[in-house]
Amino acid sequence: MGVVNHLPTRRELLAGSGALFAWSQMPRIARAEGRDPRLLVIVLRGALDGLGAVAPVGDPDWVALRGDRALVLDGKPPALPLDAFFALNPAMPNLHRLYRSGKAAIVHAVATPYRERSHFDGQDVLESGMSKPGVTASGWLNRALLALESGGGVDPRGSRALGIGSVTPLVVRGSAPVMTWVPQRLLPASEDTQSRLLDLYQHTDPKLATVLQARMKLASLGGAPGTGDPMSDDPTLAPPGIARVRAYFAEAAGTAARYLAKPDGPRVGAMGFVGWDTHIAEGAVSGQLYNLLGALDGAFAAIETNMGEAWKETVVAVVTEFGRTARINGTQGTDHGTGTVAFLIGGGLAGGRVIADWPGLKPAQLFEDRDLKPTTDLRAVLKGLLRDHLRVDEKVLADAVFPGSADVKPMGGLVG
Amino acid sequence: MSNSATAEAVLALHRFGMGPRPGSIAALGSDPRGALIAELDRPLGLSAAASLPTSAKAYRTVADANARRTARAKQAQQQAKKQQMASAASADQAQAQPDGQAQGYGQEKDAAEMAAKQAADAIPDPGRPIYLQEAKLRTEAALAAEIGFAERLVWFWSNHFCISANKIQSMSGAYEREAVRANTLGRFVDLLLAVEGHPAMLFYLDNLESMGANSIAGINRNRGLNENIAREIMELHTLGVRTGYTQDDVISFANVMTGWTLVPPGADPQHGGEFTFNPRLHEPGGQTVLGKRYEQEDVEQGRAVLRDLAAHPATATHVAAKLARHFVADEPPPVLVEQMAKTFRDTEGDLKLVAIAMVSSDEVWRAAPAKLKRPSEWGVGMVRATGITQIDPVLYTGGQQLLGEPLWRPSAPKGYPDDEASWIDGVGRRLDVANNFAERIVGMVDPQAIIEDVFASQIASEVKQAVGRAESRQQALALLFMSSDFQRR
Repeated sequence: MGVVNHLPTRRELLAGSGALFAWSQMPRIARAEGRDPRLLVIVLRGALDGLGAVAPVGDPDWVALRGDRALVLDGKPPALPLDAFFALNPAMPNLHRLYRSGKAAIVHAVATPYRERSHFDGQDVLESGMSKPGVTASGWLNRALLALESGGGVDPRGSRALGIGSVTPLVVRGSAPVMTWVPQRLLPASEDTQSRLLDLYQHTDPKLATVLQARMKLASLGGAPGTGDPMSDDPTLAPPGIARVRAYFAEAAGTAARYLAKPDGPRVGAMGFVGWDTHIAEGAVSGQLYNLLGALDGAFAAIETNMGEAWKETVVAVVTEFGRTARINGTQGTDHGTGTVAFLIGGGLAGGRVIADWPGLKPAQLFEDRDLKPTTDLRAVLKGLLRDHLRVDEKVLADAVFPGSADVKPMGGLVG
Repeated sequence: MSNSATAEAVLALHRFGMGPRPGSIAALGSDPRGALIAELDRPLGLSAAASLPTSAKAYRTVADANARRTARAKQAQQQAKKQQMASAASADQAQAQPDGQAQGYGQEKDAAEMAAKQAADAIPDPGRPIYLQEAKLRTEAALAAEIGFAERLVWFWSNHFCISANKIQSMSGAYEREAVRANTLGRFVDLLLAVEGHPAMLFYLDNLESMGANSIAGINRNRGLNENIAREIMELHTLGVRTGYTQDDVISFANVMTGWTLVPPGADPQHGGEFTFNPRLHEPGGQTVLGKRYEQEDVEQGRAVLRDLAAHPATATHVAAKLARHFVADEPPPVLVEQMAKTFRDTEGDLKLVAIAMVSSDEVWRAAPAKLKRPSEWGVGMVRATGITQIDPVLYTGGQQLLGEPLWRPSAPKGYPDDEASWIDGVGRRLDVANNFAERIVGMVDPQAIIEDVFASQIASEVKQAVGRAESRQQALALLFMSSDFQRR
């Protein structure tokens, strides 16, 4: 049961009890300049299909690649135009609004240095900031905070990072202390997990298969986005559909924002959302992925609202371990790939643009003739944010935060 | 250890124990049946129970807090009213507008009620922390047990003789320790006398208010009988429904039970909340129950009826069938039930020997592992497999509630059901709980290690495959916990 304090450390006990740390320190970053910036990192675990989220509708090879599963400007519902070349998944009207007001940017064909296709290793590279997996147990965001502390950028009495979720994301783990908060809602198992379990039951236990199938059907009936008020969702009563996912995302992100917004609260935080491993029936236009992106879009709205005045000094970076195959696979989904997108939102952003060195979609232009080819190193984006928003020293970024990344120059001009 | 012995050990742990935990299969050795029987010879106490209040003490603590809440609330309300009158008087002097006065009066009345509520809430209910501490000790005993057969028997009898914490939270855990656990491996008649004479049961089944129509209190207060406890003892606890007792038997037995009550907590700071027989409530004279005349004039009358109910052949059959249904199959083999009922009759209800008769029967080892575990069994089995031995009782009891089997809170005196149809629709919720638990423990538990070390690879090959192909360790754990190997026994 989701119900155990397994490690006798203070952090784990608090995480297990669902309590939020009380803290008294004031981790002001860049306070000498009169700024008080906030950075929230959201990790989409399972590998987001960047092409299903932000489609290159201007690419002549796009529709041929995805067929009737391609997002298009005259689709049902129509994709939301971003510029002459890219369009956004229609599940994300909030992101579209932020983009049009210059408070969101999208980086496309982006990837970490990791080039294999294991989720765990991919997430390890993404969050550790190393160029290979299994090197360290600390995350780049935590090390960035440490660097600020030693450089006098934060209040010397101590800094804190915020971790949301029952397991603290690796990206904020490390020597700088982490406070954790666990959403009270029970996140339902992902559709992928349910499908796999159904498959297992079909081979081993027909009765349980029947029950699980009925439940999945029920969930899909109640699952259309926009039906019902996600905030009134009672985890003990509601069917396990997308409404619960929406409520969970909104609660988790909204709570993170509330704490980051506090005058004496933490200034950096991280959280993870699972469920992006869309191998079967991906549904970018009107299914699984559409629903998940809608839930993420709702989380963006919750962050903007709950940040209040602090929104103008906020940057949220939404990243994933890698992308997915450019083509649809044999089960109407996509398999593990490489290049994908990163979303950047926040009042502190100089946005309103898609940043991409577009590699093209012809077979020869794909990475290993299957994935969107990465042309931008995600570390350049993150280093740009850390340097220009949090004011982390560029040399420290290359040595300690993203070791071995001296030749990956921070991307300038991301924050206003 | 041979493969078949390993398979039998796994079956023993699932069917009769709390599920495999690290090292348990090896501990069962080559003789799982013998190991089950040997476990029944060990003491069945709760190691830290000395730190817990007795049921009477817990009851007094809650009653005392309630009394203080009431007093505080009254005081606060009076104070607020006084202020309100004072301000109304000054408003009169100032000749305020009548409308404004009326409005002000309403607000102040609300304020008085609010003040009362706030004052009461300032004294927290001590019943919940006691409940949680009891839940923690009970659950951790199940997690720590090598096999858990004896703990399963405690759980079985606790459910058979259930009360509800919704009605009497303070005593719910202590009731199980004092009345059930202490007699789980003893004789049925002692168990029966202990539970029916326990204040928690008398409270739960409304016997405190029951009085003989011709008793002193009954005449003085013009009140009478409550049949609840008499009916449930015969229908649920002993004979079983439709076994020949009549409405007249129920009424007579209810008369017999009048006077079985508890010491009022306010009246006696030493013994408040303990059992007492109050002759002023007791219906005078003899009673006839199931054709037998009981002429005793006091508590012995009820004890005599309970002893006869315990020895009744219908009770042996009822109890044997229910035990077999719980442990072995929704439709247990009639041969097994008869073997167990015979042991019950031949040994005057020696519950340890009945349990030994069950695990010694070849029938129970032949039945395929088809029985769907109840949520409580499944949940504890999942946690055991990880090697975790300590729980946070707030989260754990919350999980049990989510799964539809909140601890010590069945919705009716019948207790939680034991058939697949009652529980199978909750399997989806189990998935959410498994998924959530997997997320919490993902960093410290390896699903392959559970399969190989805890289960000695005695898991369906399809499950191994699904676990091996999972997209994440969390998913692998969730699939493993949800597999039939974890759900059925």
